[in-house]
Amino acid sequence: MCGIVGLFLKDKSLEPKLGEMLTDMLITMSDRGPDSAGIAVYGDDHEGFAKLTIQAADPATAFENLDKDLAAAINEHVTVRVIDTHAVIDLPEDKMAEARAALKELRPGARVMSAGEVIEIYKEVGLPGDVAKRFDIPKLTGTHGIGHTRMATESAVTTLGAHPFSTGADQCLVHNGSLSNHNSLRRKLAREGVTVETENDTEVAAAYLTWKMQNGSTLGEALESGLNDLDGFYTFVVGTKDGFGVLRDPIACKPAVMAETDQYVAFGSEYRALVNLPGIENARVWEPEPATVYFWNH
Amino acid sequence: MQTFDLEQNGLRALNKALQVTDPASNQTAWEVVNARGSHAIAVGLDAPIEVTVRGSTGYYCGGMNKQATITIDGSAGPGTGENMMSGKIVIEGDASQYLGATAHGGLIVVKGNAASRCGISMKGVDIVVHGNVGHMSAFMAQSGNLVVCGDAGDALGDSCYEARFFVRGKVKSLGADCEKKEMRPEHIEILTRLLAEAGCDAKPEEFTRYGSARKLYNFDVDNAAAY
Repeated sequence: MCGIVGLFLKDKSLEPKLGEMLTDMLITMSDRGPDSAGIAVYGDDHEGFAKLTIQAADPATAFENLDKDLAAAINEHVTVRVIDTHAVIDLPEDKMAEARAALKELRPGARVMSAGEVIEIYKEVGLPGDVAKRFDIPKLTGTHGIGHTRMATESAVTTLGAHPFSTGADQCLVHNGSLSNHNSLRRKLAREGVTVETENDTEVAAAYLTWKMQNGSTLGEALESGLNDLDGFYTFVVGTKDGFGVLRDPIACKPAVMAETDQYVAFGSEYRALVNLPGIENARVWEPEPATVYFWNH
Repeated sequence: MQTFDLEQNGLRALNKALQVTDPASNQTAWEVVNARGSHAIAVGLDAPIEVTVRGSTGYYCGGMNKQATITIDGSAGPGTGENMMSGKIVIEGDASQYLGATAHGGLIVVKGNAASRCGISMKGVDIVVHGNVGHMSAFMAQSGNLVVCGDAGDALGDSCYEARFFVRGKVKSLGADCEKKEMRPEHIEILTRLLAEAGCDAKPEEFTRYGSARKLYNFDVDNAAAY
């Protein structure tokens, strides 16, 4: 069991409250997933700049002088914001690939959580409320965001096993369910040169979507192919730069509820997660159909 | 009518209060406010009392109900009315998956739509859905009646036994060993009664009956492909 929450804002006046609303939804889903939690937030777009969010087990060492070391390596000014075990690096957009390559040398212990123009991913082991506090999630602002509370079934309770998983620039995936063919798919992806870091099933799904998109599929097409290639139970919520998408497997036994008003589109594993949203009493509330890809874009 | 604020007083206190309500007293009507999608509201009741829940409910509302009449003034979460024995549950909105699973008796009415696996393994309950039902509805249904005034999703009545299914609209596909059946006078009679009890003005003649083809009851090597 896991919990998923998602919020896509149509009304700009709610953007300063995105982190606060998502945190409330995430905490409500604590009993669906008390062992780890994570959140992806899509914030402001600074023309020409990109964000790289990294995580380190030993942040004090890993993030010390990181701005200077990285600036020297890529010959550009970068800023580093350290938030608990994570650091968000702001850098010129065209230096992203160079910076990621340099980081592997400079800080081999650091893991990339997300990369893109607007996305930031924070995830850690612990109760959702504690995780949200550590990263000061209620203060985050943005256009949309996705959160996940994890109750591990397929692999260990670790930071890297927590969701969301990055699937590409400004993209992420969260999952409620379990995939039964992730080992064979992991081997298939390895033959294609796609490496997966953990034993986690969702990471394989994320890698699968990334691989499909690298080979020319759109995210929607990649999700459609997933219906044939991913065996198991899943409710997926994917985040993109402009919005988010939802896909449930054809059996659809993992719960999903959606609500839409003039102000937002919201997703929750259960209706409970949505009850504090403004105007929920008059929202259109429904369950997404099985094997159907849904998308909302700005 | 007594009002119970679920947010203020908690779920255990609610179910305890409902379970000890004396049907001979003059306080047998309850209103539950601030349901906020909570799980297991009004479960295990065993008296002819009336409970109205304001707002939508989470998992398993009205589970194991005996005798009580429960109205959900909103939508209902997964497993509503699971293993109900008797009484009545009315859902004003939509119902989530596996509504009335394994229920033995009583009546469940959904004014909106019901999701997948509606009436899964039903064992005597009557379910009337004013709208549509999702895929795998009445999977392994054993007895009772499922009435669908709208359409049914894929694999209706898969591996069913002696339950009856009445569908007014389209059936996307029938499950293994489920077939279309003749509507006889006794079926019109059952349907007339159920539609009236469910407050539905659809005409019984507009429905088609489905049920078990009885080919999967016993192992038969010629049916191996269907198992």
